Amino acid sequence: MFRNQYDTDVTTWGPAGRLFQVEYAMEAVKQGSAAIGLRSKTHVVLACVNKANNELSSHQKKIFKVDDHIGVAIAGLTADGRVLSRYMRSECISHAFTYESPLPVGRLVVQLADKAQVCTQRSWKRPYGVGLLVAGLDESGAHLYYNCPSGNYFEYQAFAIGSRSQAAKTYLERRFENFMDSKCEDLVKDALIAIRETLQGERLTSTICTVAVVGVGESFHILDQNTVQQLIDEFEIVGEEEPPAAEAGDTGDQETAAGEATPAEEGAAPMDI
Amino acid sequence: MAKQQANWSPYDNNGGSCVAIAGKDYCVIAADTRMSTGYSILTRDYSKISKLADKAVLASSGFQADIKALQKHLAARHLIYQHQHNKQMSCPAMAQLLSNTLYYKRFFPYYAFNVLGGLDNEGKGCVFTYDAVGSYERVGYGAQGSGSTLIMPFLDNQLKSPSPLLLPAQDAVTPLSELEAVELVRTVFVSATERDIYTGDKVEIVILNAEGLRREFMDLRKD
Repeated sequence: MFRNQYDTDVTTWGPAGRLFQVEYAMEAVKQGSAAIGLRSKTHVVLACVNKANNELSSHQKKIFKVDDHIGVAIAGLTADGRVLSRYMRSECISHAFTYESPLPVGRLVVQLADKAQVCTQRSWKRPYGVGLLVAGLDESGAHLYYNCPSGNYFEYQAFAIGSRSQAAKTYLERRFENFMDSKCEDLVKDALIAIRETLQGERLTSTICTVAVVGVGESFHILDQNTVQQLIDEFEIVGEEEPPAAEAGDTGDQETAAGEATPAEEGAAPMDI
Repeated sequence: MAKQQANWSPYDNNGGSCVAIAGKDYCVIAADTRMSTGYSILTRDYSKISKLADKAVLASSGFQADIKALQKHLAARHLIYQHQHNKQMSCPAMAQLLSNTLYYKRFFPYYAFNVLGGLDNEGKGCVFTYDAVGSYERVGYGAQGSGSTLIMPFLDNQLKSPSPLLLPAQDAVTPLSELEAVELVRTVFVSATERDIYTGDKVEIVILNAEGLRREFMDLRKD
């Protein structure tokens, strides 16, 4: 996409019927680090890559708990994501206060989408530059939605957003038919493998990713690093179905992998794809 | 024509008594379960106790509709706090929030007489006692509600701490053990039930300590 004379204002249509500012906002999502969601009948898993700007800083928070039964992973302008998470939390609290019952996910994503749409039709606003993967549980089961800056939202069995998300999507497309009946642990493993796909050879450890789960009987919670590392170790050892980045130093890494994720493992140099 | 007075009141008193006692590493919060209006009983099984946070439990007597609204408001505020701070509110923090919430409606108050009990940041028992518009104080023990005038003097007799003017400073919390404190609460409610018509049916006793929260019930006279 190139700069053109119709892209200055969000309220200016292009001759082909496009709103370029909105499309640019969606570009911002593609620049953010990857976030992945997938679901079964009873659980939804969100996972994201923690990219810190530099070694000295901490990474951005990309997964937010919205309510006991809803969580969200974001990609793009994380500040926008934070603000929208606050809005979502506030809506959930408000609904529960009035109706003494949890806000259904489907309703929340519509409210979110409407809020995004407003910013596509006001000359003094700009679209939110963040894509949200909303994971939630309601009476009709587990759901995963994707809300985009345009104000559109879609329900997904599995989805990935952010940079190099296509690699993850390819993996998910291969495996998604199994998800509905998967156990939660398998879903998490699939999420981690999908995350690994976006890493392009970099070694997957629990320090560079965050995983969160919500399910029947399980409040939305972020898994702690040790649990995640254990799950990673399980499939790294087995050497899961066609891992494209064949890690040569695998056996040597297992001893160091448990709980240790320092760069001191350069001994097992990750194979470039 | 004589001045017309309102014959509709936005308030009602549903009666009942609440008590809380702070110990060295525990807190006991108790309230009876009778809900009344006028000289009638609405139900014998209504809890006046609400857990606001892991370490803060509120017992309120007065107008239960206002109390329910107050509890919901505080619960919502606590959720927001948890989202923002990633942890539960401490009891002293909740105490201040309750005070501010009550004073916010200074000119149309919550008809709620509250006793907040819990564990402070050091794990010691704490009790805060309130009036309807938010004036509060940390104390070693407190009682509110229709039976409070019967209960408080007895608690003073058993628990009254040495004066805060004394040197060296003495602890306000009672030296009683947890089991002794619970027994005292039972005694106190049995006595209050005898003479206060609005107190009776059952007493719900909540005990907060380092291990968590425990709930006990004891039957009281139903007349």
